[in-house]
Amino acid sequence: MSASANTSVAIGRRFSVRSKRVLPGFGLSLGISLFFVSLVLLLPLTGLVVETSGMTWDQFWFTITDPRVVESYKVTLWTALAASLFNGCFGLLLAWILVRYDFPGKRILDAFVDLPFALPTAVAGITLATLFAQNGWYGQWLAKLGVEVAFTPLGIVVAMAFTSLPFVVRTVQPVLEELSPADEEAAVSLGASDGRVFRKVIFPALWPALVTGIALSFTRSLGEFGAIIFIAGNTPYVSEVTSLMVFIRLQEYDYAAASAIASVVLLASLILLFAINLWQGRYLRRLEGR
Amino acid sequence: MTTSHRRVGDQPWVRRSLIGIAVLLAMVMLVIPVVVIFAQALSAGWSTFAGNVTDQYTLHAIGLTLFVAALTVPLNLVFGTALAWSVTRFRFPGRKLLITLIDIPFAVSPVIAGLLYLLLYGRNGWLGSWLATHDMQLMFAWPGIVLVTVFVTCPFVARELIPLMQQQGSEEEEAGVVLGASGWRIFRKITLPNIKWALIYGVVLTNARAVGEFGAVSVVSGNVRGQTNTLPLHVELLYQDYNVVGAFASASLLAAIAMLTLVVKAFVEWRQSRPIVSTPEKEVS
Repeated sequence: MSASANTSVAIGRRFSVRSKRVLPGFGLSLGISLFFVSLVLLLPLTGLVVETSGMTWDQFWFTITDPRVVESYKVTLWTALAASLFNGCFGLLLAWILVRYDFPGKRILDAFVDLPFALPTAVAGITLATLFAQNGWYGQWLAKLGVEVAFTPLGIVVAMAFTSLPFVVRTVQPVLEELSPADEEAAVSLGASDGRVFRKVIFPALWPALVTGIALSFTRSLGEFGAIIFIAGNTPYVSEVTSLMVFIRLQEYDYAAASAIASVVLLASLILLFAINLWQGRYLRRLEGR
Repeated sequence: MTTSHRRVGDQPWVRRSLIGIAVLLAMVMLVIPVVVIFAQALSAGWSTFAGNVTDQYTLHAIGLTLFVAALTVPLNLVFGTALAWSVTRFRFPGRKLLITLIDIPFAVSPVIAGLLYLLLYGRNGWLGSWLATHDMQLMFAWPGIVLVTVFVTCPFVARELIPLMQQQGSEEEEAGVVLGASGWRIFRKITLPNIKWALIYGVVLTNARAVGEFGAVSVVSGNVRGQTNTLPLHVELLYQDYNVVGAFASASLLAAIAMLTLVVKAFVEWRQSRPIVSTPEKEVS
């Protein structure tokens, strides 16, 4: 949604250090915010710390490097990468046609882009599994081409691509809208080919937003669970994602192992989150500096 | 875009093929899946659909899901508004960190969100064991479902409000202060009308996610049919029981909420695009 994409706007700096705190409600609003953030977001992290600190380093290492778990890291990483790169291309294309062209049904298409965020992941999961099953609407055609999606890692890519589709569109769209036509028209009128103008003029303005979108899509895909488990087949060593490994350890009441694996994923996600925010901050400063 | 000059990709064949490819892909990835949900739900006829939806366990799941949303949405509405007010109307150290922190639920896998709450409030958790001695069990019961749902959905309202309130600036509210209005009056008469539509969309988004959360809820719910089964969990249960038509009947209810969310969003964007935002970019003054 615009939500994460808007971080860039949210971090927009103000130059004027104006009259401090003229408005009322500083204590109240910040109090509620801090109370809520501590209680809802930070306090639960202590549980994970307590649980993992009960393990010795060897136990911890043994758990997170279990071959089946390592295989799940690999599967999760490459499928998330494939899905977010696909969304990089498809999202850029969608953003482009929504900003640049007028065509019947454009508003409906624009609204539909947010569907993956609005549709519960379990619903997306059973729907994709049905579509791509051997006898499903898509599955039977793909079977003739010899492509199997359901119950293979390819199914994971499909599920991830679906659930994270809006990120790239919604980060690239505003940048594309604000692109000044002047440079572009100048280049075109000087006789540069469209492909060249796109590479030399448009893409340089676009790529920071594109990278942000792909990174958000990747982060979301790393943690995806609901949509995946229905279509992946969940075969150990082949099509198990890491979030499923955490879930399986929980089902076995092995809370320590679940926490150890979760701490690896959580650390990776948080690093990604802070990196994306830093990246957006830097990119925003560059825009301001122009 | 209103100039008559030619821009990249304006040739008819480029335009047509790009639109063609994108629309085709969007049909395959977005539109047909929605059609399939409703087609499957109704594949055994309307009476079977009605029977599936009014099944005792389905009705209970619907009730529990609505109950969870009814508790979650107001909580996150208050939190989101308070947070947006504090980070857009005041400067203070740690402000950027606070803005980043509320994105945590977006980055954390739902399963891990569930796990975090299970570890804290479960019988072995440091808080959970204390609660257990006072005969309070939060996990594998509805309070646990509410807690994780609040976690998962807490960024939505704030994320909708922050960019808008940032852009609108606080001059109007400052004028209110000068004129001697009380804080509550300023909020109600000046801020609220300005952020009304974004607030509504934030609420709708929070609701959609609260109703549809699966991963986190499935970790803490215990999945007892007729007790702690929310609608998305019920969908999974029916699907695993090979009752595909029943699963899609429940799924179609959730899909209907999703479609409604998209309609509200389109409407809100249409409303916001009409009045020109009073004075943007005032900060450079």
